[in-house]
Amino acid sequence: MTDNSRTGGGIHAGSASYAGRATVIETRKLSRTVQGKLLVDDISLEVKQGEIVAVVGPSGAGKSSFLRLINRLDEPTGGTVYLDGLDYRQLAPRELRRRVGMVMQSAYLFPGTVAENLCFGPRQHGEDLPVQEIDRLLEQTGLEGFAQREVLHLSGGEAQRVSLARTLANKPEVLLLDEPTSALDERAEREIEALLMRVLRDHHLTALMVTHDTAQAERIADRAILIEAGRLILNGSVQEVLNAEPVHH
Amino acid sequence: MLNQFITDPMVLRAAQAAGAAILALMVAYLARRADINMQREAIVSLVRGISQIVIVGLLLTIVLGRARWLSAFVLLAMTLAGAAIAARRTKQIPGILQVTMRSIVLGAGLVIGIMVGLEVIDRSPATLIPVGSMIIANAMNTTALALDRFRAEVEAHTGQIEAGLALGAASTVVVAPYLKAAVQAGMIPSVNNLRSLGIVWIPGVMAGMVLAGTDPIEAAIYQFVVVAMLFATAGTTALLCTLFVRSHAFSAAEQLTLRMKA
Ligand SMILES: Nc1ncnc2c1ncn2[C@@H]1O[C@H](COP(=O)(O)OP(=O)(O)OP(=O)(O)O)[C@@H](O)[C@H]1O
Ligand SMILES: [Mg+2]
Repeated sequence: MTDNSRTGGGIHAGSASYAGRATVIETRKLSRTVQGKLLVDDISLEVKQGEIVAVVGPSGAGKSSFLRLINRLDEPTGGTVYLDGLDYRQLAPRELRRRVGMVMQSAYLFPGTVAENLCFGPRQHGEDLPVQEIDRLLEQTGLEGFAQREVLHLSGGEAQRVSLARTLANKPEVLLLDEPTSALDERAEREIEALLMRVLRDHHLTALMVTHDTAQAERIADRAILIEAGRLILNGSVQEVLNAEPVHH
Repeated sequence: MLNQFITDPMVLRAAQAAGAAILALMVAYLARRADINMQREAIVSLVRGISQIVIVGLLLTIVLGRARWLSAFVLLAMTLAGAAIAARRTKQIPGILQVTMRSIVLGAGLVIGIMVGLEVIDRSPATLIPVGSMIIANAMNTTALALDRFRAEVEAHTGQIEAGLALGAASTVVVAPYLKAAVQAGMIPSVNNLRSLGIVWIPGVMAGMVLAGTDPIEAAIYQFVVVAMLFATAGTTALLCTLFVRSHAFSAAEQLTLRMKA
């Protein structure tokens, strides 16, 4: 599946190299207020096809809240999101979420086997995931031979791999990653991170990734945004944003 | 023993009530020694309990033998009170009163309506009120148990529920296992009652009828009728309240909008 001619561009390409690409995700004045508290405050952002954007900011800044608006897990109280130029309120939420996948901090696997977890998404859209496809996803996420394993007995790193594979089974165009490695120890973190970089490239995915780890942002992202108190403070190169952000580690 | 000293039947009943209350207070006192503080609650509940039931007794003497619409009115009032009590037990879920209200009105109303229509329950207030009240109380308990279980399951599995939604699942799919658990939890007492009927439990209706001199076989059959109705009530109410709470917990855009209060 790895297509070297396509990955030659390198993932450290600056945002400038995406200038000519189509916009996949655009948030327009996106806001969410809960009980009078502004969790997300008027965020407008464009993300180009294949671009990987790191989302950084202090704890409680609204990074998760922002991501949850992009797949409409929460309802915006202001503004909207365009997916491939279409206002996402015109899409069925379930179809939107198939196309915009999400991986959270914890794996939240369903009781049962690894294979059953992978089949869940496609089955929601009336599709049966073929065995070859399961094997391919497992191989891609470093889980060869795990198909019939009970998820109960997986390590944290393995569970997070299953979570990623389960999301990829839906063949999403966009990935929302909310601190996908922060619950893991350092070794597992680096493994998942390497895996993520490979997967994002292989699938030509567009991604927004919340991370507390500045080094990780530098390794993965093409661009970064800084969110504070629900507002988009800075949008630029990873270096630029990390220099502006007070260090949290 | 008491009846050797007391001849007036009302005084005798009062003395019996005092005896039962003293026993209950002794239990509360013992519990306190085991560091379980329920004395205050025990006293409040006992006082409340006796006032409520005596007032109901007074109401019954007024209502019995009078117009039938009066019993419909009494049952409706009981239903509303039941909905309020069930809602208070699941107060962590905002706006839960409308769920308990609809479940109990519909669940108990359906069973009472059908049973009265088929003349399984006699229309006279003397039957309709006590039997109806048992059905309403059962609907109330079922609703409270089912909703409390639903709340606990959703609280414990918010991650899985939202992970499922994020994979494009319908809310009906992601919440199905928890609704099933809630229905089962709501029905446990009614199932147990049906199972233990007669073996470890001679319920109130039969006890009362036998005490009042009815043929025990006849009393037994009528008791079965009542327990079967209670079972039907529990099933209907549990299903209804889980359907209602599901649409209460999710938005039309398949979002888990339920946020529990502390
Ligand atoms: N449903 C909600 N109701 C009220 N407040 C909420 C709700 N969800 C989140 N918040 C609050 O909104 C703020 C932003 O939360 P959010 O989880 O988006 O922050 P975050 O940037 O992801 O933080 P972290 O880095 O710790 O994950 C926090 O103060 C949080 O307590
Ligand atoms: Mg967060």
